[in-house]
Amino acid sequence: MGRLTRGRGTERRPHPIAGLVVSRVAAGVITLLIVSLVVFAATQVLPGNAAFAILGHNATPLRLHALEAQLHLDRSAPEQYVRWLSGLLTGTFGTSLANGQPVWDLVAPRLVNSAVLVTVSGVIGSLIGVLLGAVAALRKDRPFDHAISVVSLVVTALPEFVVGIALVILFATVVSQVLPAVSILPPGTWAWQRPELLVLPVATLVIVIVPYIFRMMRAAMIEALESDYVEMARLKGLPVWRVLLVHALPNAVPATVQVIGLNLLYLAGGIVVVEYLFDFPGIGQALVNAVSNRDIPVIQLIVVILAAFYVFMNIVTDVVALLATPRRRIAR
Amino acid sequence: MNGLSSRLVVEDLKIVLSGTSADVVDDVSFTVQAGEVLGLVGESGSGKTTVALALLAYQRRGLKLAGGKVLLDGQDLLTMSDDELRAVRGGKVSYVPQDPASALNPALTVGLQLRETLGAHRDQGQTTNSGRVAEVLAEAHLDASPEFLRRYPHQLSGGQQQRVAIAMAFACRPQLIVLDEPTTGLDVTTQRHVLDTIKTLCRSYGVAAVYVSHDLAVVGQLAQQVAVMYAGRLVEIGPTERIFGEPAHPYTRALLRCVPSQERSEVLEGIEGQAPRPGRRPQGCFFAPRCPDVLPVCRESPPPVIALHAGTQLVRCVRAAEHVEHGHGARIASAGHAGSSSDSELDVRRLNARYGARQVLFGVDVRVGPEECVAIVGESGSGKTTLARCVVGLHDNWTGNVDFCGEPLMKGVRRRTKGSLQRIQYVFQNPHTSLNPRKTVGQIVEQPLEHFSNFSPAEREQRVVAVLVDVSLSRDFLNRYPDQLSGGERQRVALARALVVEPDLLVCDEVTSALDVSVQAIIVELLRRLQRERNLAMLFITHNLALVRSVAQSVVVLSEGSVVEQGPVDEVLERPRNEYTIRLLEDIPKLAHTETNGR
Amino acid sequence: MRRREWLSVLTRAARTRRGTVGLALVGFVVAVAVGGPFVTRVSPTDFVIAPFSGPAPGAPLGGDALGRDVLARVLAGGWLLLLMAAAATLFGVVVGSAAGISAAYLRGRPDMLIMRSVDVLLAFPSLVFALMLVSIIGPKLWLIVLAVGLSHAPQVARVMRSSTLDISERDFVKAVELQGVKPRLIMAREILPNLITPLTVETGLRLTYSIIIIAGLSFLGFGQPPPAPNWGLMINENRIGLQLNPWAVVVPAALIAVLTVGTNTFSDAVARVALGVDRHAERITPLEAYALEAPR
Repeated sequence: MGRLTRGRGTERRPHPIAGLVVSRVAAGVITLLIVSLVVFAATQVLPGNAAFAILGHNATPLRLHALEAQLHLDRSAPEQYVRWLSGLLTGTFGTSLANGQPVWDLVAPRLVNSAVLVTVSGVIGSLIGVLLGAVAALRKDRPFDHAISVVSLVVTALPEFVVGIALVILFATVVSQVLPAVSILPPGTWAWQRPELLVLPVATLVIVIVPYIFRMMRAAMIEALESDYVEMARLKGLPVWRVLLVHALPNAVPATVQVIGLNLLYLAGGIVVVEYLFDFPGIGQALVNAVSNRDIPVIQLIVVILAAFYVFMNIVTDVVALLATPRRRIAR
Repeated sequence: MNGLSSRLVVEDLKIVLSGTSADVVDDVSFTVQAGEVLGLVGESGSGKTTVALALLAYQRRGLKLAGGKVLLDGQDLLTMSDDELRAVRGGKVSYVPQDPASALNPALTVGLQLRETLGAHRDQGQTTNSGRVAEVLAEAHLDASPEFLRRYPHQLSGGQQQRVAIAMAFACRPQLIVLDEPTTGLDVTTQRHVLDTIKTLCRSYGVAAVYVSHDLAVVGQLAQQVAVMYAGRLVEIGPTERIFGEPAHPYTRALLRCVPSQERSEVLEGIEGQAPRPGRRPQGCFFAPRCPDVLPVCRESPPPVIALHAGTQLVRCVRAAEHVEHGHGARIASAGHAGSSSDSELDVRRLNARYGARQVLFGVDVRVGPEECVAIVGESGSGKTTLARCVVGLHDNWTGNVDFCGEPLMKGVRRRTKGSLQRIQYVFQNPHTSLNPRKTVGQIVEQPLEHFSNFSPAEREQRVVAVLVDVSLSRDFLNRYPDQLSGGERQRVALARALVVEPDLLVCDEVTSALDVSVQAIIVELLRRLQRERNLAMLFITHNLALVRSVAQSVVVLSEGSVVEQGPVDEVLERPRNEYTIRLLEDIPKLAHTETNGR
Repeated sequence: MRRREWLSVLTRAARTRRGTVGLALVGFVVAVAVGGPFVTRVSPTDFVIAPFSGPAPGAPLGGDALGRDVLARVLAGGWLLLLMAAAATLFGVVVGSAAGISAAYLRGRPDMLIMRSVDVLLAFPSLVFALMLVSIIGPKLWLIVLAVGLSHAPQVARVMRSSTLDISERDFVKAVELQGVKPRLIMAREILPNLITPLTVETGLRLTYSIIIIAGLSFLGFGQPPPAPNWGLMINENRIGLQLNPWAVVVPAALIAVLTVGTNTFSDAVARVALGVDRHAERITPLEAYALEAPR
């Protein structure tokens, strides 16, 4: 009896989440496969004779020959690709052209350092962004909101290296010298063992991502606060804290989660410049060095790692956002 | 009307746009007794929702309270502190919203939303929260099981959602309930049940109620007192029988003439023009520009409030006391001719339609004769829109036969001939989305002409202007954009676009559902005239059975994808044979008071 | 009047407070970058003063790492950045819109193909993508423009696709479909004019990001090779001497910052005006409005 909302009717607690994860992972794997193809093509196939391109001026016939053998450039392109891909999947990552070490030995510890950088920046940045966004939404159009929004507009536009340089000028060189200007970790130490070296790089990344998270949180909160159901909650005479925390906040979460995910993705690329600026031994810096040295195996591995991180984060973000979304939006 | 013992007394309520002196509502006063229902009637822009929310001492963003009192059992809500108000809202005064789907939080379960109301207003006579919840759900004819309480709003039907809202409103046994068009969007049968529930609960608990609506018939079923609002003012207030039987204000009278009757095929008289928005209201009587009984004095100064019938009826009109001839009762319309079945324009036979795997139409047969208007009537989900879309080519997943003038029609638009596409035209329901916001009216109406013909630009412009004039829009509209037009004007543009290529069959899909009653009447009369003048065949889709009488010669009743009854309008409406049709006709609220008086 | 709607949106945006500020900032930097080379009297590559010396007569901003005149280098170091950023943005927006709009209107196979490619491209951070291409072919300027443009295309495609899908579903498009008008005409006459708003907003955003990425690449050393005066490169070259002559770093950094803040502020103003326009014509929620912006 009555009108049925389109095709929904009664539903059991759905488990499309499991199905969704599987399908997304499958799509992700395919994407990664294609990505690996692109990476391979760009670095090894495209330039024609890669060995020649790598050696450049130092291309004596002997060296060319040795390099070609090392990179298996004498085989056909598809065969090279299969070799490379199977190497990736089995953990054989080749040898660095710059220093002859196994690529993994070079990349692994840097991966950990970068992970620390990304995690710490991500967490701090998200917390600050969410808090500021919520407060600004509550004080919409008042001085606090205006001030923060303007600051956010400006900061959003600044390149990371400008932010980094500004921090270096303010805290490490010209204006004051309380923090180190570079974050070179002595070999053998992990990033968390020397926290003072992390401060400036983390601060830079945090400053860069907070505005995005802030803006989305603010917008989502405002939409929730201006919604019909929050109006209804007020008309029911519910206490203010309840209206905010129980009614408004849960509806602001999905969009914010998505933005946080997007920013974590951004960080994967953003660390390149920041690590270079602060001389921080992470994979971003390694990538820059590898590109300068045309160290192909290293480049290939790092790019694939970053791409895998991207794909993985996308899946996680989508799933978390979906879990947090009020069911109505899923049904649509 | 002993003011002291009244449950609700509203005095001189005035609300303005923040930051300006433009009033949204002003000089609003009324009283409601315990157990009594007051119907607050008005069209869009009349300010009725603003008044309703003010009864909870609440204003939406952009509005500010500028004066007046809202006395609940003697206490003025408008002077209360925030804390006091929080105790009152939901507890002593509750609100039932218009759209329960958006008023219920999609992220919270139904049970939680019910319980929190109780939690916020602990009341002495209460047993436990869960006890009261069960009680209140039963009263609203809902399942009180834990399973139901665990559901989320989107898992309920529209009717169930509204009942939950009602249950929430009655949960704390309030003194006053404010209902804001709570049955909009519900089908007729559910609407009737919801209205019955409200009536019973109000009576059992001695609750005063203010029922806001644009639907006069619904208000007539429920309310003992009716207040009519126009452009932010109360123009008339009095007992229901009086207001509907002997309306004294020209606007009320005009409004009543807009309401289609189930009993007779009447000429509906809409009200041309629009209600003035806040800030643009004229000096004298606000209704003067559109009033058929206007006098020069009406334009100069605001009209006085005159009391009639020993003060039981108040009217804001200079001519209230005059016995103006109410009697020009509605004109009976000519029946029009039902088409001769041998010569059909449109012949639909055994139509089965699907959306994906789901079948929505089961063996539907419809015939439309030349110059005949056939109404397709059904509730939401009956398949009537799908039928229209199949006929017109918007939906191509169907089997069966659709013949137009003897020739079979192909399934989708792509496979049809240009000729058949030109001769069948379609008008959409929502005038706000059916016109391209980036094009002018002239461009919109010209476009089909350009596509189907090879007239010169000059000739095209001539024809566009001619068709605009035909739908009562002047030449000035050529360069306007849709967002500069009212809903009624937009729908007329949509009609013009359909008619400019001179089709043989016009398919109208709920073309008046998104419009105010007064505008609806204009469109319906327009359609009727155009049908006659252009010898159009028409397929008129609607859920409003009463409207059918004024517009169609035959009617087809659809329920859940099948035809349950069809035939000439008089027969089906006066001597229905199918159970569904009978129930439908019973459930429709009628303006009972007016029928007997021949208005 | 509305025929040139995008133009009126731009002019209206320029009149708002944010718009004026944004335009002024951009104008300032563009003036410096474009006019700079004509104004400078000293060659940007001559050695005129001791490395990292402070401001002195003849070198108002002091000397850089190799003793060249900082002011001269600053004046000469901006125009190429602007040019490359504009080119990359144009390329990315054109390719991305074409892809996104076609995907939305054609549906089916072409849609899937295009969106899969989008997903693949989106798996690369923009900077990393450019670095990857640069690693073998070398830091050719046209390659950088191509790489940066290509890295914008997927995001633009996504936005345009979803806008197109949204508009295609509206009744007024169906009304024209009902007449049997060909899809291409429908696209051009009915859908495209309604895409102006998201397109304008996206272009503004992409321009800001182009500048940031290209300047970043120069900073990393993958732009114009030395001894070219290039703002990004200057920041990197001279940061060793920050304590000696900060101006060699601060001025180019400030110029880049002012430029990007300007473009971002102006795009924000445009977005607000466009959405105001849209709010009149159609309804768009505050959330959708902010969601039109995405991080790089």
